[in-house]
This record gives sequence, C-alpha cells and structure tokens, in this order.
Amino acid sequence: MADLEPIVGRYVRMTVAGRPHRVYFEEAGQGLPLVCLHTAGADGRQFRHLLNDLEITRHFRVIAFDMPWHGKSLPPVGWQDEEYTLTTRGYVDLIRAFVAALALERPVVLGCSIGGKIVLELARLHATEFRALIGLESADYQAPWYDDTGWLHRPDVHGGEIAGALMSGLIAPQSPPETRWDTLWMYMQGGPGVFKGDLFFYRADGDFRDRVAEIDTTRCPLYLLTGEYDFSCTPADTARTAEKIKGARVTIMKEIGHFPMSEHPEQFRRYILPVLDDIRAGG
Amino acid sequence: MIAAVLEQLAELVNADAGLVRRGRYLSTTFLVETGATAWLVSVHEGRVTRVERGPFLMRAWSFAVRASEEAWQRFWAPVPAAGWHDLFAMTKGGQATVEGDLRPLMANLRYVKDVLAKPRRAA
Repeated sequence: MADLEPIVGRYVRMTVAGRPHRVYFEEAGQGLPLVCLHTAGADGRQFRHLLNDLEITRHFRVIAFDMPWHGKSLPPVGWQDEEYTLTTRGYVDLIRAFVAALALERPVVLGCSIGGKIVLELARLHATEFRALIGLESADYQAPWYDDTGWLHRPDVHGGEIAGALMSGLIAPQSPPETRWDTLWMYMQGGPGVFKGDLFFYRADGDFRDRVAEIDTTRCPLYLLTGEYDFSCTPADTARTAEKIKGARVTIMKEIGHFPMSEHPEQFRRYILPVLDDIRAGG
Repeated sequence: MIAAVLEQLAELVNADAGLVRRGRYLSTTFLVETGATAWLVSVHEGRVTRVERGPFLMRAWSFAVRASEEAWQRFWAPVPAAGWHDLFAMTKGGQATVEGDLRPLMANLRYVKDVLAKPRRAA
C-alpha cells in the first residue's frame, strides 16, 4: 500500500490581465475554502504541513496555488522578453481570478509576507468576497533591511544561493533543522529575477500606510499574526498597522520568524488553530 | 571572551568540512570589529588561514563587519534573542554595520554568515 499524503495537485487554466495562465495548485480537505498565499520568491509547498493537518482539513478545503513564475506555474507566454514585476493591482487580480476559476464561494484567504500584505488590500477593496482574511508577517509598510534588491539578480552572484542565505536570518533559531532547510530550499529554487520582482510589491508598490485605515473589519474579520524573530516585517510593524484598523486582531507568535507555516509548523498550529476555530464559529 | 572566541575561529571553521567546501570559491581578507578591537580574518578557498588581532597600520580588506562587544556576545548566545540572531537583524537594528566591497560577501553569503555564527555552538 503506497504511503500517500492527502494532498492532490492539479492545474487550472485562467486568464489574468488578459493573458492565459496555467496555474498549479494543491489542495486537501473539505469544508470552508481556505486559500493560501506563499511568500515572495517561494511557492505553495510552504503550506504542505497545513495541507497535511487533519485537524484543519476536516473543516477546511485548504488550497495553495503557485503564483505564475513560481513553483510549478510557468510564466505566461512571452516571458523571455520581460522583466517580472509584481504590482498591487496585478496581485489582487491574480487572487480574484484564482478564486473565480475554482468557483470558490467566499473563501478564507491566508497569506504570508507578500501574501500577508495583499490581504490588507483584499480587506480594503473586496471585503464582501471573503469570509475572513489572515495576514501572516503582514504590515502596511516595513523598512527595508538591505539597500539593493539588485543583489538578487545579477550574473556574478548566484540568485538561489543568495536568496537562501538572506532568508536564513528570518527563520527563528528555535525552528527545527528539517523545516528550516525545506524553507530555504524553496528560496534556492526560484527562477532568475522572480524574488526581486516580488519584492517590488513588498518594498515599493505595497506601501499601504495611506489606506489601511479604510479597512472595515465588520464586513470581513481580519487576523494579523507575526513572528517575534521576523526583522523584515517586525511585530512592531504589524502592531502599528493594526492600530489604524479598528477590529483587527493581532497575535505575536513566540519562537517564529518570517515563515510560520513552513519553518516551524508545530509551533504555528498553536496560533493558527484558534484563529480557524474562531472563523468557523463566525468570526 | 571575545578574544578567545576569535582565536578559535580558524580551528572551528577548518574542522567543518561542509563549511570549507561551501567557501571553496572565496579567498579574501575581511575585517571583523568587536568594539574597539579589529581582527583580520584571512580565508583561502574556504579555509581560514589566519586570524590577526589589531591594531593595524595599513592593511587592506575586502569587507568589514563591525559591532560592539556586547552585540557579538548576544549574537553568539546559544539561542540568541530576536534582533540578535542574524547579521542583518543586527544591521537593521543599528547594532552592526557592513561596509566595503560587498560582492565577495554577497556571493558567498551563506559561507560568511556561517563562519561568523560558528562560535555560537562553541561559545
């Protein structure tokens, strides 16, 4: 008997910004749809522990897709002549197109880092389309911790090696070696320029300091959870953001860095299970 | 404590075959400053060949990593506290600075970070 995991992977065809895409996603479980958004320069494998968690999948249909250019989702036709750049508008459109392509009804969206940041924009602009929104390592703005993202994409520095080496510091020292190195491997595997392209959104286009106060959490509950070891999006960044959003619920997670679900799944589930219970109970 | 740590650095690094292998394309000398004391760490193909204690009069180095003695002690704690657990956590927090020719550092970042963190297990 094969030792199969409950995760199933498929491709869905969809149009984003007028261009055909073939997007890879994995899913497990049944119940309320829970769409998971991976971090910059990584892919949906970051959610494999969530997808394998029977406590979660008995109540939620957990779905993690790879953004185009990431993981098993190819770039769109013609990519070879383009510089990949993620924008706020493009990211919102992508998420809504994916939800529509799978005909998901008012899903919960849980995103981390860039995924955590974009849920703030989903909350502001499209609150009624979602049952609840969860931002991990999420803030309206975070100060950069290195000057030049050009280091991530140049011929004399290996893009995968430097991505892994930079991200290693964002993982808490308490995270187990196995999941620490799984997390870094995903960073080491990104396509050339993709991490840098995502960071345009994270660092430049996604400065939401002027607009998060417009979020109305009575239309859609908003949960923000940040790891104490995250010095990219710090607990203070999240707390400052939440102060502007009436009703936002903040949790600071001990012994966790920037990749909660991936770097230390056991520790993360202590924090996420009560949030998911709360959402099932009606937020 | 700091001097003892840095004086052991070559032995610690060179005994780690995986670390030496990861650094095999790096040959350079970089500066580590611990408070008022400067150290020059010379690397040849991933092996630390020399760790010299300053002061120095006229010596070249490729890049420098500077932090206070207290910062290095916190960085080398067995389980460092948040903000003291990574070189760039410390630079963002203003606890350390990195300067000079950054290319050899960035091209070999995992190696250099691992070398600097190596005393953590020994401290």
